[in-house]
Amino acid sequence: MSNVLQLSEKHSLSVDRLTMSFPHDGRLLVALQGVTLEVDRGELVCIVGASGSGKSTLLNILAGLDEPTAGRAHVHGRVALMFQEAALLPWLTAAGNIELALELRGIKRSQRRDEARELLHRVHLDGFERRLPHELSGGMRQRVALARALAQDADVLLMDEPFGALDAITRDRLHEELERIWTESGLTILFVTHNAREAVRLGDRVLVFASRPGRVAHEVTVDLPRPRSLDSPELAVIAGRITDRLKQEMTRQINGN
Amino acid sequence: MATELAAGVASREVVETTEPRPGRLPLLRAWSWLWPKLAAIALVLAAWQATVWSGWQPDYVLPGPAPVFQRLAQDLRDSNFDLGIAITMRRAFSGYAIAVAIGSVAGILIARIVVLRRAIGSAIFGLQSMPSIVWFPVAWLLFGINEKAVFFVVILGAAPSIAGGLLSGVDHVQPLLIRVGRVMGARGIGLYRHVILPAALPSFVGGLKQGWAFAWRSLMAGEIILGFASRQFGIGQQIQVARDFADMEQLLAIIVVIFVIGVVIDSMFGALDRVIRRRWGLLGADA
Repeated sequence: MSNVLQLSEKHSLSVDRLTMSFPHDGRLLVALQGVTLEVDRGELVCIVGASGSGKSTLLNILAGLDEPTAGRAHVHGRVALMFQEAALLPWLTAAGNIELALELRGIKRSQRRDEARELLHRVHLDGFERRLPHELSGGMRQRVALARALAQDADVLLMDEPFGALDAITRDRLHEELERIWTESGLTILFVTHNAREAVRLGDRVLVFASRPGRVAHEVTVDLPRPRSLDSPELAVIAGRITDRLKQEMTRQINGN
Repeated sequence: MATELAAGVASREVVETTEPRPGRLPLLRAWSWLWPKLAAIALVLAAWQATVWSGWQPDYVLPGPAPVFQRLAQDLRDSNFDLGIAITMRRAFSGYAIAVAIGSVAGILIARIVVLRRAIGSAIFGLQSMPSIVWFPVAWLLFGINEKAVFFVVILGAAPSIAGGLLSGVDHVQPLLIRVGRVMGARGIGLYRHVILPAALPSFVGGLKQGWAFAWRSLMAGEIILGFASRQFGIGQQIQVARDFADMEQLLAIIVVIFVIGVVIDSMFGALDRVIRRRWGLLGADA
């Protein structure tokens, strides 16, 4: 009994032998098979894998949007999910999008405006409260989406390739901001990407995902001091090893099938 | 440092997107909007006048634009004529309002309830293409020849378009937005209120506009058929009276009025549509 309690205090997120399959073109497509992983409270873990490896499926299950076929996924506390697209509600302003998240969390009307302003300040969008999404650049929209996720006051933030569609400079800056916000807030973050460098840049640990069926093939603990530079040789070495591992997995998958 | 840089980049992006286009004076823009319309009107009037002058029909059968517009000016000073417009507009607005209420409620119910959707979902779209005039014989027998019959046909003409606009709006909400709403904790009614209905609004306005067009057509047909049966004399009834007296000037003057009302209301819907599309980011910033 006490053992279970200790576990639940340490882990913010645990996935146990999770399997997900669904019918596709008359066949049963196994998206995830026997995925087991744990993320500690306050940890930033990256999952890196090729596209179609079931990474997004895993996040959708963790966010409660899909039900797994077998196994268990458990998240302690509230979950927020960020997508590759900002997915802001286009009829609401930047502040309005955040205020809606606050409203759905049950925050009083009188507090929402100030809190939204504060959250936009945290992602460096002061003065953009009244902009509509289509009046913002891709990077700014993703900042608003980050602020909206923070507005949910979640314990766990799931990020599904959130910076995948951005240019290198904008992405670099958002890495810095995400790292700063993560350090300040003590959030637990599970960050999905197909970019090994990005994974090593951000993660305490990097889980390498194999495809078809999706599963954790390999785990790398990143010991590099923060803040890390995407261009540092040490980072490149680790990322290179991860990329090699991904290639091995892809070759095996091609030969296997 | 990084922060300052971020703010610098951000503000420049915004300046680019919000700066008005140079060199387009408001007066010039109004003129470029207006002149094609004036030219079209002038062309129609010229063709009309040319037909009259060709001597194809005697001018008591086909009067020219000048006597028709003189008659119109005279009509508009006549309080009975203005009362007729008022009666017609009252019928139009109240019938349309009921159609909007029924169409919206039906649209939401069909969208929400799977069984209802399977039962009558496709019937809604079928009803939209029903010529509303075929309902008049039904309405006659149900209500007699009176205002109730006209309302019946107006509502039956407009409500399916309104329900259909709402329904297709709800059906075509981006799945990603629904997922976002669910991740934020919106469920059931909350999801409708905060995500689905606002996302469906542009399509709903399209349905409102089409519904108005059907209501207006049905009302005119209804008033023509109503004739002397109602002592509340709308402009549709006055058309019928003008025909009975072979008063072509009067007839054409009324048609001009009906046309102008149609154009005015349609442009109001057009403006509403543009406001919403701009807000929803479905239009370019300068469109």
